[in-house]
Amino acid sequence: MVDAPAIELGDVGMSFVLPDGVLEVLRGITLTVRQGEFVSLLGPSGCGKSTLLRVIADILPPTRGRAAVLGASPAEARRTRALGMVFQQPVLLPWLSAEENVGLPLRIGNWGARHRPAGTPDALLRLVGLEGFNHARPAQLSGGMQQRVAIARALVSDPKVLLMDEPFGALDAITRDRLNEELLRIWTQVRRTVVFVTHSIAEAVYLSMRVVVMSPRPARIRRIVEIDLPYPRQPRMKDTPEFTRFSAELRAALEEAS
Amino acid sequence: MKAAERAVPSAAAPAAGVPAGQMPDRDNSARRVALSALGILAVLALWQAVMVVFKVPHYIAATPLEVVDALRAQPVILAINAWPTIVETIGGFVVGNVIAVVIAIGFVHNRTFQHTVYPLAVTVRTLPIVAISPILVLLLGSGYAPKIAIAALITFFPTLVNMVDGLNAVDPQAQELMHVLSATKWEVFRYLRWTTSLPYLFSALRIASTASLLGAIVAEWIGSNRGLGYLILAATYDYRTPLLYATMAVASALALALFGLISVLEGYFVPWRRTGGAAG
Repeated sequence: MVDAPAIELGDVGMSFVLPDGVLEVLRGITLTVRQGEFVSLLGPSGCGKSTLLRVIADILPPTRGRAAVLGASPAEARRTRALGMVFQQPVLLPWLSAEENVGLPLRIGNWGARHRPAGTPDALLRLVGLEGFNHARPAQLSGGMQQRVAIARALVSDPKVLLMDEPFGALDAITRDRLNEELLRIWTQVRRTVVFVTHSIAEAVYLSMRVVVMSPRPARIRRIVEIDLPYPRQPRMKDTPEFTRFSAELRAALEEAS
Repeated sequence: MKAAERAVPSAAAPAAGVPAGQMPDRDNSARRVALSALGILAVLALWQAVMVVFKVPHYIAATPLEVVDALRAQPVILAINAWPTIVETIGGFVVGNVIAVVIAIGFVHNRTFQHTVYPLAVTVRTLPIVAISPILVLLLGSGYAPKIAIAALITFFPTLVNMVDGLNAVDPQAQELMHVLSATKWEVFRYLRWTTSLPYLFSALRIASTASLLGAIVAEWIGSNRGLGYLILAATYDYRTPLLYATMAVASALALALFGLISVLEGYFVPWRRTGGAAG
């Protein structure tokens, strides 16, 4: 289904049964993400944003409601590699080189031989700005470089939808800003749908076309804010009144949500 | 802009420092070897001095120089008796560890199997090895078999426990990654679990290398007329104390050699661990 929305969530709810009762994490999440869109999920830590991402990625089945990726079930999307995922930690295998880590998705299920990858691992490393680091082991790379490898790995099997779970949360502010710019550059090059989980207002405004503001647990959608700033975005946009206005709007929505 | 980003973290990361960082490391290891050699020599010298000063009789304890004499005077008897012990030690080491690794892999992939067999393995481990040995000799005869069985039994348990831990030590996010990639159980094992477990396996193998020799020697005490264990008993009964000590020196050298071999193999098969664990 070419025209199907990238992601469709209908009344998704999620509860965990714990020894001392039921923990409700998500309640009544209804959201549609168009193809090619860059959407951020913004909310306080531990509100359930990552859980929502895991529902979309078919890591957790929702306890209520339905989720669809490109018109199919998340399980189907996962099997056809329509989904790529970048985690909070780079999750690189320490015994593999950067290039081997990027190539891992092609080896699993013999994917590389049966489908057309987005590019060779080498080409993907160049895309994320790591040319010349092909044979470096993860331990020899900085945190920011490791996360670049993780992005290259997520892109190598050419997914339509890229799910990112606070990918730069563990990095220092300078590296984080730089990787935000890199991510936008990569996004304009590959034009994939991105769902980006963050708890940084500035990051959400800078990257996204739309920001979904979520309430504390159980997470509900409080507001969806269109970020009407033109692409390509420049770092100096962060000092414009428009940028500040969007930040203020999101901050107000977050406070109202808590 | 990219160069700037690399410059910032590379100061903290070991990336730039890897080739340069080996130099002090090599100096350190040379220093360590020298220090431990010095320590051993000091103890031997002190030992020799105490024996001479207090005039300790030869049948009670031997001096280091007498041990060296015994090693040089009776190389054939030591070698003849070392050989069966080597066979039993390596045989038991291989058998015990292979069974432990296979069972650990079974545990990780089948909880029912784990819940049935793990308590059994723990119970067997609590039985005193000295008590089991005569039973095994009765069951398996007086050849290599009971000795290999006992050495295997003694190496089996630490490897099983470590290997189960190692196979389960997989980062939950890495498991999620494998799930997103729709990896089969076999692929998760091949690409993730097995390699994750290797550092744990080698820790266990190092323990097993010395334990296995101990098992072989204990087994020889129960019923054997050759082997280092037999030689220890015979030398003790005959008050051939220098020979007894020489036998212990040979046994110790064997254990050290096996331990060293495991460490070399670990450096080869688990190279990514050295960067993190060299100091420890």
